[in-house]
Amino acid sequence: MRREIVTAAIAIVVFTVLLGLVYPLLITGVSQVAFPGNADGQKLYVNGRLVGSKVIGQPFTTPVIGKNGKPEEKEEEVVTEPVKRYFQSRPSATEGGAYNAAASAFSNRGPNSKLTAEADAENLKAYLELEKPFDPTLSAAQVPVDAVNTSGSNLDPQISQPNARIQAHRVAALRHLPLAAVDSLIAKYTSGRGLGFAGEPAVDVLELNLALDRLSGGKT
Amino acid sequence: MTFTGWLTIVLFAVALTALALPLGGYMAKVYTGQRVLLSTLFAGPERFLYKLLRVDTNREQDWKAYAKSLIIFSLAGWLLLYLILRTQNAFYVPHALNPLDFKSGTWNLTFNTTSSFVTNTNWQYYGGETTLSYLSQMIGLTVQNWLSAGVGIVVAVALVRGIIGRSGKSLGNFWQDLVRTVLYVLTPISVLGALVLVSQGVIQNFSHYLTAHTVTGLTQSIAMGPVASQEVIKELGTNGGGFFNVNSAHPFENPTAFTNLFEMLLVLIIPAALVFMYGRMTGNRRQGYAIYGVMMFMFLAAAAVAYIAEAHGSPAQHAAGIHTHVLGGSVGGNMEGKEQRFGIAASALFDTVTTVTSCGAVNSAIESFTGIGGAVPMANLSASEVIFGGVGTGLYSMLLYVLLAVFIGGLMVGRTPEWLGKKIEAREIKLAGLGVLITPLAALFCTAMATATKAGRASISEVAGVKTPQGFSESFYAYLSQANNNGSAFAGYTGYIQPNAGNAGAHGVTFADLLGGFDMLVARYLPILFVLAVAGALAGKRFTPAGLGTMRTDNPTFAVLLIGVVVLVGALTFFPALLLGPIVQGLTGHLY
Repeated sequence: MRREIVTAAIAIVVFTVLLGLVYPLLITGVSQVAFPGNADGQKLYVNGRLVGSKVIGQPFTTPVIGKNGKPEEKEEEVVTEPVKRYFQSRPSATEGGAYNAAASAFSNRGPNSKLTAEADAENLKAYLELEKPFDPTLSAAQVPVDAVNTSGSNLDPQISQPNARIQAHRVAALRHLPLAAVDSLIAKYTSGRGLGFAGEPAVDVLELNLALDRLSGGKT
Repeated sequence: MTFTGWLTIVLFAVALTALALPLGGYMAKVYTGQRVLLSTLFAGPERFLYKLLRVDTNREQDWKAYAKSLIIFSLAGWLLLYLILRTQNAFYVPHALNPLDFKSGTWNLTFNTTSSFVTNTNWQYYGGETTLSYLSQMIGLTVQNWLSAGVGIVVAVALVRGIIGRSGKSLGNFWQDLVRTVLYVLTPISVLGALVLVSQGVIQNFSHYLTAHTVTGLTQSIAMGPVASQEVIKELGTNGGGFFNVNSAHPFENPTAFTNLFEMLLVLIIPAALVFMYGRMTGNRRQGYAIYGVMMFMFLAAAAVAYIAEAHGSPAQHAAGIHTHVLGGSVGGNMEGKEQRFGIAASALFDTVTTVTSCGAVNSAIESFTGIGGAVPMANLSASEVIFGGVGTGLYSMLLYVLLAVFIGGLMVGRTPEWLGKKIEAREIKLAGLGVLITPLAALFCTAMATATKAGRASISEVAGVKTPQGFSESFYAYLSQANNNGSAFAGYTGYIQPNAGNAGAHGVTFADLLGGFDMLVARYLPILFVLAVAGALAGKRFTPAGLGTMRTDNPTFAVLLIGVVVLVGALTFFPALLLGPIVQGLTGHLY
């Protein structure tokens, strides 16, 4: 018995050193040498300033300023509105504002919940209000699901191609660009399926918006 | 539903089988002490470890000695992990390894988390990036991801040795099996796998959380960490505890549809390979193929149901006027809680993969699955993790069912049941019966406690002050998942309260934390003891060659019988509970 206890104690310490220190440090060392960009989170810079990560979604919104000159708040969170010259990310339900990448969270909206239905209806209405002025033939039936449902991580960096093509009408109009030019940018920043069959094609929103800014100088 | 969606499921099954076959052969060699290619590299370190641990590998252990070593080792791991998590902001923790100065968890939360990782469950009453330091994730959780997986695998190996043992009572040596599992099985796949993951975009660093200034002038804080090294063993060891709160839905854990595929393979590769290993070690590969067929059949059925249900969309979506059919390049379906890069099929498949096994990682929110879609993970758990199951636990639990099936088959044809040359007698059947029933009993007992007591009801979510069928699903799932050492969740169930999102210590809900911890410990270690006892009982039996009247256990007839036994036990135990939650929701368009 005593012998077993001694062995167990030594074993747990030895394994903790090997698997808890040596192994992660080894992987970190090799990764930092072989894939430094990936290991550090695929950071994107504009003029030397960190604007985000290629694979972490961010909101393209701005706080709504109330009559008192301060940002409006609702249920302890700052109310925001889309900045219309940018492609918009999917709805996000992280706490402390959308796309809180320091605290990822599921929305936990159940399939038969009234709350889910309300949130979905609200998102659908907002999407139509934003896009319909620029795409008059748009109807609720054409709105892709990813545009109104929150994602798993609530940090989804991507949107579907149909979602992007609808938004292209608005972005092209506000930036005075031909629709075809915006569509070709969408195609450029679309990643295909894994190995050609797994998952779905998806458009990288941040990279797409940065490319647009380079094309038309950040302003409308 | 789309063609590529179905193709994903089929190609995944093919790739899994193609990879698991050779790995099974390799593992059979490892556990029968034959030389393998990696021996050149690892034989030296292996001998050194035995010396360091003071292990005499010539000393074989009977089932009691084997169980004793296992329990003492697990207890040592439990104590160390508890200590690490309770002192994560102590003076000796360098700031660089706890950059946000997270405080230690409270005793009740830590009891739950410690029990969770030592039992290979990885149930998480905490959000990784808002609660745990890099050091805790590395030397605490990652280490147990390896070791709890190792413990599961060696129990399966010991059971197989008991079944094929021709003399004496030895089941091998626990320490030797553990060291060999870590060195020869887990290490090569983990090191290579981690690098593959980083090459695709999984992060691996010790940076402070990033502060980005977004395109529209907002500030975004982005969590960092040594993710890849933990991610790979989280999948490979069917542990499932995410580095981040949203687990494999997080783009830093699972950045592309390819990594998604790769991670699913990591989850199933060892459970599948163990079945082939069993076939090899018994000297009749068809024994393995029969069980593999049973598992694959049930797995594909589950994946198909989940895919169809999720592609259909949810009542809430339809009530909101959203169109959920495939349309002009949009996949449609229930995208609530799902990432665009995975879509419906790869999300449904991933969550099926991780709930048939005891992994419990998720790449999409199970809470947001449709009624029937969410019933699939629940049904997978109700089958007591025998559809591939956890590393080791899957094979040993399934072998208990095989024992029961042989017994029932024997009764049906009126002969003394025999299995691989061993007579099955009352003692083995009693032990196997108990081993099979512990997990469901623990799950149902805890669910009853959680829904019938005042303290338990505090954890159940409400809609406008009213409990709903979804609330029952959450509670049932919580204890079913913890009993099966799975760890996936209907995440609306509350086991901890985090006052400030972002950066503050959580405090636990004592009732839920303790009940869950009890659930996990009981349902992990009691079945292990019964399995080892069965192995001991079988090892001591005389071998009699199969005769003409022996019921075969390697043909389709037996496979069908085995499916029947698994489904019957699972259905009889859990059907009433399933009716109350997911099936009610699946059959109605009513909103609650």
